[in-house]
Amino acid sequence: MILQQGQRVVVAGLTGAQGSFWSERMMAYGTNVVAGISASKAGTEHLGVPVVGSFAEAAERTGLDVAVMFVPPGAALRLTLDAINSGAQTVVVLTEFIPVHDTMRMVAAARDAGTALVGPNTAGIVTVGQGFAGFMPAFNDRIFTPGNVGVVSRSGSLGTLACMELTRVGRGQSVFIGVGGDPVSGTSTGEALQALDAHPGTTAIVLIGEIGGSKEEEAAEVAASISKPIAAFIAGRAAPVGKKMGHAGALIVGDKGTYDSKRAALTEAGVVVVDVPSQLPSALGA
Amino acid sequence: MDFTEHVAKRLLSRHDIPTPPSILVGANWPTTDLARAMSTFEGRPVAVKAQVPAGGRGKAGGVVLTSDPMSAVNQMAGSTLGVHTVDQILVEHQVDIAHELYLAIAVDGSTSGPLLMFSPDGGVDIEASDTPLTIMALSIGSEPDVSELTAVLSEAGCPEPVTEVAQVAARLFAAFVDADAELLEINPLAVTGRGAVVALDGKLTVDDSAAGRQEALARNASVPPTTGLEAKAAEHGLRFIELDGAVGVLANGAGLTMTTMDAITHYGGRPANFLEIGGDAYTLAVPALEVVLANPKVRSLVVNFCGAFARCDVMTGGVIEAWKTLQPDIPVFFSIHGTGMDEAREMVRRELDAEPFDYMDDAIKAAVAAAGEDQA
Repeated sequence: MILQQGQRVVVAGLTGAQGSFWSERMMAYGTNVVAGISASKAGTEHLGVPVVGSFAEAAERTGLDVAVMFVPPGAALRLTLDAINSGAQTVVVLTEFIPVHDTMRMVAAARDAGTALVGPNTAGIVTVGQGFAGFMPAFNDRIFTPGNVGVVSRSGSLGTLACMELTRVGRGQSVFIGVGGDPVSGTSTGEALQALDAHPGTTAIVLIGEIGGSKEEEAAEVAASISKPIAAFIAGRAAPVGKKMGHAGALIVGDKGTYDSKRAALTEAGVVVVDVPSQLPSALGA
Repeated sequence: MDFTEHVAKRLLSRHDIPTPPSILVGANWPTTDLARAMSTFEGRPVAVKAQVPAGGRGKAGGVVLTSDPMSAVNQMAGSTLGVHTVDQILVEHQVDIAHELYLAIAVDGSTSGPLLMFSPDGGVDIEASDTPLTIMALSIGSEPDVSELTAVLSEAGCPEPVTEVAQVAARLFAAFVDADAELLEINPLAVTGRGAVVALDGKLTVDDSAAGRQEALARNASVPPTTGLEAKAAEHGLRFIELDGAVGVLANGAGLTMTTMDAITHYGGRPANFLEIGGDAYTLAVPALEVVLANPKVRSLVVNFCGAFARCDVMTGGVIEAWKTLQPDIPVFFSIHGTGMDEAREMVRRELDAEPFDYMDDAIKAAVAAAGEDQA
């Protein structure tokens, strides 16, 4: 799920307003965008790359390693299955408000095919200084600077904040992985930790979680066997009980999902959990 | 979206899961209509059940077993159960119960798929039961295998007729998929003295993101109780929750909004609200600010933007426009970072003659101080 230099990126929704805005920045940052997908504009060219009708066609014409979805919720399942069936190694689904039954189908298909599915409702993935897929301000050097801290976050805005706090004290980042804010997602926080553990350019890890669900409790089980230092911030300590904060907090199983449960599980696993994001760099020993 | 019992049971019936014969009556029905409807029960024992979307209804007096449904309905109509007013009542035949089982299917974030849950100890005391739930992962793309279900249920202590219960479980899965459900629960699923399997209660939660393709269901969704401000925010599609503190919060994304609330608390203050304007709502700064400032408890405001997808210049432009329109009499503290931050910070300096803070923590500390330390 980590974006590699030279990987061929195909963007669904390249010709739309947001797709154009962000793809232009992805390309300027060095991301190897090779094609776009649009049913209505197939056969044309946009941002200097060909626009084709499907991922299957892109795989044949330009090659396909990473698929990125800048598409509405109603189109996301069909295009994601197209990308998986066309041999994408990684599929990044940025779309918010995808019906969870569609997401479950995407996850099942990705597992069967051995595809890394990132998202949905993610801000994307960044390999700092090399490329990004999604809508992170990777190109802003007051937020992202090359270094060796890997960051995993459910939320894009909190991921941005965490990277900025690191950059301020001179701790650069290696990789950002946005696992997405939905209760069901293709890549779990624990799987993202495993990827950062195995990544040679990463020597320390920042984990940004939220109340709700059991992603952080499961990640704690993974964190216990990782020797790289990990610092974490969990959002939602001050949230009132029983109110659904945005899309988070949908499924609280037993005692899991609460702030206390997550903090205790991570602390038990040797992770340093901080009270506010500005404490993250010092928790890594910076 | 949450639903009351009778909506859930209608879904179950459509999928051939037996439910008791019943009549749904409105609290405002004229006496003659009600009498005519109740006469069809011919004095048989019935259950009179308030249709409110809350757990623990039976223990709160929302279920009455009687042979005189008229007076039970009259007593229940218009009463309050917790935060809900009873405006619909379901009257149904009582069932000769031999066993009460628990059967549910839910979306599970850990396995990213549907999970079947079963207990042989169903009924109102399920939460106090010592018997752990038996769980079984189902696959979203295929029908569950009834013989496999039968084996799992047998192992879990399900009484006879196990195959029938397994059939109900398979149909429950079809209904779960059909309705884009996050949760579909039968508790209790009764086995009668004659060995029939009947759903006596139903609970349904449907994915909000599927409302567009579940129009018929969406029309029958229960409306959660909200404050006036929460309802006003919902009209604009904004997710707003009113809290008790004095520091107003305007931030983008659920994660950053919660973090802002956490930091306010960490530095000794109390947040006045949760309000998310991230995602597709990032152009809605004007109505968002209107809602935040309409709360009379607010004594200072933190505007905390960290733009990834949401562009700080667009959001800040909206805040400035709203600020000039509303001309609020409270201090505001800006922390603006990420996509479009330079344009946004320049706009704040130019239009509001204010200096955005370089550090989020400093903006929040200043807002907490401005709100006063004596927050009751």
